[in-house]
Amino acid sequence: MELETILFYFFAALTGCSVLFVAITKNILYAAFALILTFIGVAGLFVFLGAEFIAITQILVYVGGILILLVFGVMFTQRLKGQRVQTGRYQLLLGFLTASGLLGLLIQTIHKGSFSQLPWVDQEHTQQVELSSFGLSLMTDYVLAFEVIGILLLLALIGAVRVAGNARKEGADAA
Amino acid sequence: MLVLGALMFCSGLFVVLTKKNTIMVLIGIELMLNAANLNLVTFSRFDPQALQGQVFSLFVITVAAAEAAVALAIVVKVYKYFKTSDLDRVKSMKG
Repeated sequence: MELETILFYFFAALTGCSVLFVAITKNILYAAFALILTFIGVAGLFVFLGAEFIAITQILVYVGGILILLVFGVMFTQRLKGQRVQTGRYQLLLGFLTASGLLGLLIQTIHKGSFSQLPWVDQEHTQQVELSSFGLSLMTDYVLAFEVIGILLLLALIGAVRVAGNARKEGADAA
Repeated sequence: MLVLGALMFCSGLFVVLTKKNTIMVLIGIELMLNAANLNLVTFSRFDPQALQGQVFSLFVITVAAAEAAVALAIVVKVYKYFKTSDLDRVKSMKG
């Protein structure tokens, strides 16, 4: 086997195992750290799929941003006095039945669809996306969506700061 | 690849359905969004116009970041009010 194939399966296994760990564990902090592994594994898979820019963005945004936010959320909302940060669970059987049923359905559909036989899926001529063409199309074809998503992000961040902000200041603002 | 995406999505669904803590529910939502991204990028590889899937998954990442920020702000606020992040005990809006 080539090194590339081995690496690909390594990243896939990393993602799958850590996802299952997130689903099984009771400890919120362990779940957050397993989520980091998941995101890094998915970023590695993105590199193999020829999407380097998405991989870098994934690491920057998810690992650097969202995970930090989640851990801060854990710190704010749990009283840390030595005991473990655990989550209760409920509807265990029902949730498991729903999830595994959907998983079986999806896998069956994927196999029935047999995507590798479709005419436009050509294993030999996969697209090699250059970074410069990605940037160019982002600023030409998709420029409206790009700007709108920027405004959305700005609004969401301002709103988040406003919602989570100090109550004392809010009174001063209203006056 | 698609099977892995399906596995991620279903684990996320399981986490959302069964955990009691708000932050675990958020983690499940992030997992589901990421699984959708994986599928988008996978199909984008065979797209003759090459970039649609990747651009769309970039937008999905942005929306996920915005969603996480707003949701955590709400979680912190709810925690200050109810003194718990357990979803079962936040029930003053129950009909």
